[in-house]
Amino acid sequence: MNHAAHLPLWAALLVAIFLLIGAGLALIGSFGFYRLRNFYDRIHAPTLGTSWGTAAIVMASMICFSVLQSRLVLHELLIGVFVTVTTPVTLMLLGRAALYRDRSEGNPEVPAISTPKGRLDKPQLTKESESVPHNSKNMND
Amino acid sequence: MSVTILFWAVTIAQIALAIAMVLASVRMIKGPRAQDRVLGLDTLYVNSMLQLLVFGIRTGNTLYFEISLIIGVLGFVATVALAKFLMRGEVIE
Repeated sequence: MNHAAHLPLWAALLVAIFLLIGAGLALIGSFGFYRLRNFYDRIHAPTLGTSWGTAAIVMASMICFSVLQSRLVLHELLIGVFVTVTTPVTLMLLGRAALYRDRSEGNPEVPAISTPKGRLDKPQLTKESESVPHNSKNMND
Repeated sequence: MSVTILFWAVTIAQIALAIAMVLASVRMIKGPRAQDRVLGLDTLYVNSMLQLLVFGIRTGNTLYFEISLIIGVLGFVATVALAKFLMRGEVIE
């Protein structure tokens, strides 16, 4: 770590704080992903690491290299923007796929499909909501 | 002084990210259903991307930035393809 000797103290402190925040958020997110009970709870936890975890570490990297090379180094922003833009897309696709799989298995814990008129299911519409397509195929794993 | 601060911060961050990667892989191996495994792979990708960024700060080399960018892009494509596969049963229709 010889390059760190060229880093002034304020920059080293800033980089250290941002690194610890980012890594801590990523660790908390992964711990929540490991601990939470069902998939729909679990899908929320890793976003801690993909939002501010990534942002903090990217910021630490930007500060470190900007001060070391004494010019503005901003290419780490690419990673930040890319991760911020793509995470909601992947998680929405994955969540919808999981919902589809749970519905087609007839899992009672997920909300039933909405009626053709676009209303949410009400208790008197249980007959319609039971007509959710049941696949006889077992989709376990 | 700044060498000591940066050394310990980078070491702690790398250990935290390594534990996060282990937790994500444990969930990926255990994960009761396929969507848990896909989400575990996605989390593992993001954590390894952050790990490489921190490694770049440790070595002072900007080369690691490009590796982590590639990992981020590949992780996105892999997760989207796997989610599509879970939904439709095939990736390209």
